[in-house]
Amino acid sequence: MANVGTDRVKRGMAEMQKGGVIMDVVNAEQAKIAEEAGAVAVMALERVPSDIRAAGGVARMADPTIVEEVMNAVSIPVMAKARIGHIVEARVLESMGVDYIDESEVLTPADEIYHLNKKDYTVPFVCGCRDLGEAARRIGEGASMLRTKGEPGTGNIVEAVRHMREVQAQVRKLVTMSSDEIMTFAKELGAPFEVLVDIKENGRLPVVNFAAGGVATPADAALMMQLGADGVFVGSGIFKSDEPAKFAKAIVEATTHFDDYELIAKVSKGIGTAMKGIEISTIAPEQRMQDRGW
Amino acid sequence: MTKIGVLGLQGAIREHVQSIEASGAEAIVIKKKEQLDEIDGLVLPGGESTTMRRLMNQYDFVTPLQQFGKQGKPIFGTCAGLILLAKEIVGQEESHLGLMDIKVERNAFGRQRESFEGKLKIKGIADDFEAVFIRAPYIVEIGQQVEELATNQGKCVAAREGHYLCSAFHPELTGDHRLMQYFVSMVKESKKHLAS
Repeated sequence: MANVGTDRVKRGMAEMQKGGVIMDVVNAEQAKIAEEAGAVAVMALERVPSDIRAAGGVARMADPTIVEEVMNAVSIPVMAKARIGHIVEARVLESMGVDYIDESEVLTPADEIYHLNKKDYTVPFVCGCRDLGEAARRIGEGASMLRTKGEPGTGNIVEAVRHMREVQAQVRKLVTMSSDEIMTFAKELGAPFEVLVDIKENGRLPVVNFAAGGVATPADAALMMQLGADGVFVGSGIFKSDEPAKFAKAIVEATTHFDDYELIAKVSKGIGTAMKGIEISTIAPEQRMQDRGW
Repeated sequence: MTKIGVLGLQGAIREHVQSIEASGAEAIVIKKKEQLDEIDGLVLPGGESTTMRRLMNQYDFVTPLQQFGKQGKPIFGTCAGLILLAKEIVGQEESHLGLMDIKVERNAFGRQRESFEGKLKIKGIADDFEAVFIRAPYIVEIGQQVEELATNQGKCVAAREGHYLCSAFHPELTGDHRLMQYFVSMVKESKKHLAS
């Protein structure tokens, strides 16, 4: 009776992460801090995005030793990143039993034209998006979860806000359209028609959409939840802050109670300084990670 | 109207709300322990049990939830919710709410790539229930008062003990509301019983 890797099983896994925080970690010790703080999953990688940005060069899938170390350290799900279009990195991570793969623009793309055909895999995928066209293309390829791209490793929430608002606004527009307008909208967005029809019929995206790319404080996390995110990824924001354990706990609480401002004030006290942020306009266009992927 | 809460700390909350409403009861998302006084029954949803436990500790939810159950008010736990209800968890010294006399093993069917769906026979409820198992636990041992309701690959995946109900799979992820309807009728009966 066992049917593995169905849409329901893959998308359902992401549904169970809703309202939670997924944290980037680079070793077992950080993974344990994240689990202890109440993370719903961890993303195992070699360097957090701000270090990738600082180091330059080519960013690849993490060393399997690190991924394995993290998988052995915690009982919550473990995600890992593969380069856009890198079939073998994705297959290697799948063979290791990673619970979710992020086909991520944080790493240097392996293919400048094609993303992975994610329907081929048993393991589910999460992908970044900046607007509904990108979201629908990824869903069409078989992504089981979405996240805003934001601008990773900056600690600046402005791009994640832009992307979340854009996706939400376009979903609202689609839902109010008459059926005969959808094909032209699909053409404008470069989106698969069937995915748009499905969104219109159900009134929402068929997969969960988390916020990512610039979340640095508990208030940032709560802001993204208010804008309609189903949950939050925090990359550099936790382990580049002064006191990661406290920051991690505070961000988890602010995500759960995103509309309880007294509580957010309380949890934001005495947790030290957030990571140093980067103003987006100071990043050269070719170094903007959000423009990777298509 | 019968009011059923869904513990709203983390996880598949919206799906349970829809399922409760489709089963003819009013659904309330419970984020604060004070809200427990308003409801006749409670669903502990799927999600990450460790995360829910951290948040339950943070907001002093553990004792009020235990009292809620001990008053005789029905609780239905799915997946992570089943783990929260169990008296014993394999490989862990402490349980969470410890209300149901069952011993469970977490992620017992494997990691995400081993997650699966299929038809399930649930005693007295359905012969062909669409069950979705995601990094699911199963029940290793049941106490004398516990009734086994369903098995998969020889493992117990649904059970009832008086006013407690649990499933290792996610009924909220399908449009099949028969298990929720069963729970709603448990809540209605207990409401009558507690009122008399």
